[in-house]
Amino acid sequence: MSEPCIIFDGREIPFVPGQTILQAAEDAGAWIPRLCHKPGLEPYGSCRVCVVRANGRTVSSCTFPASLGMVVECDTPDLLAMRKLIVEMLFVEGNHFCMSCEKSGHCELQALGYRLGITAPQLEYQFPRRQVDASHPDVLIDHNRCILCTRCVRTSRDLDGKDVFAVVGRGPHRRIAASAGTRLRDSGADVSDRAVDACPVGALLRKRVGFSVPVGLRPYDAVPIGSQEVAR
Amino acid sequence: MTPSVDGVVREACHSVGHDPTRLMDVARAVQARLGGVPATAIDAIHDQLHVSRGQVRSLVSFYAFLDEQPGARHVIRVCDDVVDRLAGYDRVARAFSDELGIPLGGTTADGTFSLQRTACIGMSDQAPAALVGDVVVTDLSAERARQVVAELRAHGDPQRLVKRLGDGNNAHPLVRAMVRNNIRQAGPIVMSEQKRGEAVRKAAALSPVEVIRAVKTARLRGRGGAGFPTGIKWEMARAAPGARKFVLCNADEGEPGTFKDRVLLTEWPDRVFAGMTIAGYAIGAREGVLYLRAEYAYLRAFLEDVLARRRSDGLLGRDVPRRGFEFDIRIQMGAGAYVCGEESALIESCEGRRGDPRNRPPFPAQRGYLGCPTVVNNVETLCCVTRILESGSAAFSELGSRQSAGTKLLSISGDVSRPGVYEVPFGTPIQDVLALCGGRDATALQVGGPSGRMVGPADFERTICYDDVATGGALVVFDSSRNPLQIAHAYMEFFEDESCGYCTPCRVGNVLLRRGLEKVLAGRGEPADLEQFEQIAKTMKASSRCGLGQTSFNPVLTSLQSFRYQYETLVKEAPGGRRRGFDLDDATAEATRLRAAEGVRS
Repeated sequence: MSEPCIIFDGREIPFVPGQTILQAAEDAGAWIPRLCHKPGLEPYGSCRVCVVRANGRTVSSCTFPASLGMVVECDTPDLLAMRKLIVEMLFVEGNHFCMSCEKSGHCELQALGYRLGITAPQLEYQFPRRQVDASHPDVLIDHNRCILCTRCVRTSRDLDGKDVFAVVGRGPHRRIAASAGTRLRDSGADVSDRAVDACPVGALLRKRVGFSVPVGLRPYDAVPIGSQEVAR
Repeated sequence: MTPSVDGVVREACHSVGHDPTRLMDVARAVQARLGGVPATAIDAIHDQLHVSRGQVRSLVSFYAFLDEQPGARHVIRVCDDVVDRLAGYDRVARAFSDELGIPLGGTTADGTFSLQRTACIGMSDQAPAALVGDVVVTDLSAERARQVVAELRAHGDPQRLVKRLGDGNNAHPLVRAMVRNNIRQAGPIVMSEQKRGEAVRKAAALSPVEVIRAVKTARLRGRGGAGFPTGIKWEMARAAPGARKFVLCNADEGEPGTFKDRVLLTEWPDRVFAGMTIAGYAIGAREGVLYLRAEYAYLRAFLEDVLARRRSDGLLGRDVPRRGFEFDIRIQMGAGAYVCGEESALIESCEGRRGDPRNRPPFPAQRGYLGCPTVVNNVETLCCVTRILESGSAAFSELGSRQSAGTKLLSISGDVSRPGVYEVPFGTPIQDVLALCGGRDATALQVGGPSGRMVGPADFERTICYDDVATGGALVVFDSSRNPLQIAHAYMEFFEDESCGYCTPCRVGNVLLRRGLEKVLAGRGEPADLEQFEQIAKTMKASSRCGLGQTSFNPVLTSLQSFRYQYETLVKEAPGGRRRGFDLDDATAEATRLRAAEGVRS
C-alpha cells in the first residue's frame, strides 16, 4: 500500500500519521514560514505566520494534523498577504531596531521580513514602553523585542525541566516574566540552559557574546530563512 | 487580626483536597481573605499544591478579579460598558473618584477603598451599575455613588447598601440583591412555568440515544451565538472513547449587553440543572460543572442551595433519575475574563489555568475538561433541552423558522423605554422587536453584542435567526444622538482589554483598530485607513486562534458597512502625499521636551 498523502499546493506529498501539515511539508522540501514553532517543542500556534488553508479552512499548519487526502493551499496571494500583515503586526507591536540589534542576521523575525518582502510596515508603529531585565549576570531579557512565541518558556519547562519563565498579563499587556519573582536573577536561569538559545529574536540574549560572529557572516546574511532547513 | 498567609493558603488548599486543577478556587479564596495573592502566598501554594510558581503567577495576572498586590478592603468596580456610558457612567465614576479622593485604578491611602473600572457586569437593563465586592448596586447616579461611599465609611458592610430587594428570587434570603429581573415578555419555551423533576424523569424513561434523537428532532442549536446543533455535539461526546466524561454549563455570560442568563439562573435554575443532568445521561457523564462568572457571585449561595435541594429530592446524586445512573454538579467560579466564555478557555479556567483558548483539534467533545470528552452548553441551550424533554420535540420546533427552531431570549438595553429580557420566536423581524421594547428612535443596533454586528435602519426588516441576523442574545439600541464610530471605539477598547493576547492577529489587531478609529475620529484619517481596517479585519477573521479574534473586529467592520458615510465624512485625502495621521510636533514632542530639559539649543 502506498503512503498516505496530502495535496500541498497541487503537489501530492506523503505524511506520517500524527504529523502536522508543517512537518509533512518540510519533509517534502516545502518550508512554511513560522516563528513560534521550533522542532522538539510542543506546537503552540501563537504567531499565526504559518497559516495555510486546509480543506478550505484557515488553520495554523504547525498545530493542525495532516490527514488523508487533505487539500492544503499555502502559497497563494491572499495567504501571503495575510502572513505579511501578521509579521508587520509583530514589527510595529514592539520596538525592533534591526540596525542596532546584536541579533541582526541571526534574527528570525528580521529574516522573515526580508523573505516576505516587507520593506517598511504600512501599519502604525506602537512604540510601546517596555523594560529590559539585565539583572542576571549572564543572560538578559529585552522585552522591546519579544514576540511572545514562548519558545523560552516551553524550552525551559519541557527540555530544561525548570520553572524559570511564566506568561503573565493578557491582551497587549501579555509578557514573559521570571516565574519566581520580578527579576531574572532570582529565577534560577542559567547561561547553560537550553532556553537561552530558544529565542528567535533578540529578546533573550547571552551577555558578552553578541558580536562574536561578525555582521556579514551571520546565517541570514547569506541566504534567506528557510533555505537551509529544506536543503538538509 | 491579619490572617497568616500560610494558614490561609493551607486552608484553601485543604478545601479542594489539594487538587492542583482547582487552583482557581485556591487563588479566589486567598484573594478573598488577603485582598490579593502576594508572592508569599504564591510560594505557599507552590509548596502545598505542587504547581509551579510560574503557573500561579500566570493565572493571577490573567484574571481581572485577582491581583498580586494585596488591594483594599472594599473594591468598587464601576461597570463602564457602552450602555453604562450612555446612562451616565462618567458622572458616576467621577463621583466615586471625587468622594474617595482617588483616580480610577487607585487605592485610598488607608487601604480601605480601591476604585476600578470593569467590563459589562450583566446589568445593562439597570445601568449604570457597579460591584462593591460581590454586591451589585444598580441604577446609579452621582448622588447615589456618593451615598454608597458614605454608607460604606459608616458601616463597612456592602450588603447593607441593598435597601430594596429586587423581584422574584432576587429577594430570596440567599440572594438579597437589588437586581430586578425585568422580564418583559416570557415566551412559551424557556421562560414558561417549571415542572420540577419532570424532564429528568422523562429522559430516564428513554435510552440515552433516544434523548439525543429528541434533541435532534427538535432541531436545537446552541444559544450562545455560534448555533452548533446540540444533538450532534452530544453524539460526538457520546461516541468519544473514555470512561469519564463531563457536562459543562457556560454561565460566563460576558458579551457586553447580555444578561438573559442572569435571569435564567435567578428564576429557572432547576431548568438549567435539569438540562445538565439530561446532557449527562445522554453522553454518559456523571459529573457536571457550572462555570459561573465572577460578576454573578451574588447568585452562588442560592445556586448551591438549589443543588442541595436537588440532591435531597433525588434529582442529583446516585441512582437518579434511575438505577445505575448518577450525576452531580459543582459550581466553578470565574474571576473576571470575557474570553473564558470561549469553550476551550472555559475548560482551561476550570482546570486552574489562565483562560488561554486551546488549539483545536482536539475538540472538547474528544478531549476536554481533564482530558476527558466534554460538552459545553450555554445556560439557555440547557433550558431548551429541559423543555424539549418536558413537552416534546414537536412543541419546541413548531415555533421559530426552518433553520432556527424554537425561541430566543433577547437582552435588550440602551435607548429603549422598556429594557429587559424578551423571549421571541426565531424569525421575528428586528422592527417588531424594536416596537416591543420601545426603541422608537433607533438608528443603530448592536445585535449579538460587540462580537455580533452593528446594523442600521436598512436592516430593520431582517429577522432574528441563525440564517439571517444571528445573535447570542444581546441587542443594544442606539438612537440618532449617538455616534456609531464612538460606539465602535468603546467596543474595541473592550476587546483590547479582553483579548488573552496569545495570538498575534488578535493581540495586535484590536489595538491597531482602536487606534485607527481614534485617528479617524480626530479628523486625521485618510481613505486608505478604511481599506486598512478591512485588511486587518480580514486577517484577524481568518488567522486568529479562537472566536474572540475571529469576531472582535466586527464593531469596526460592521459599522463601516452600515454607516460608511459617517466614516467618509471624516476621512480626507492628504495633500501633497503627506500622511494626515503624521503630526510633526507630536512626533518630535519627546525630543523637544528632552532638549528643553537638558538646555540644548538647536
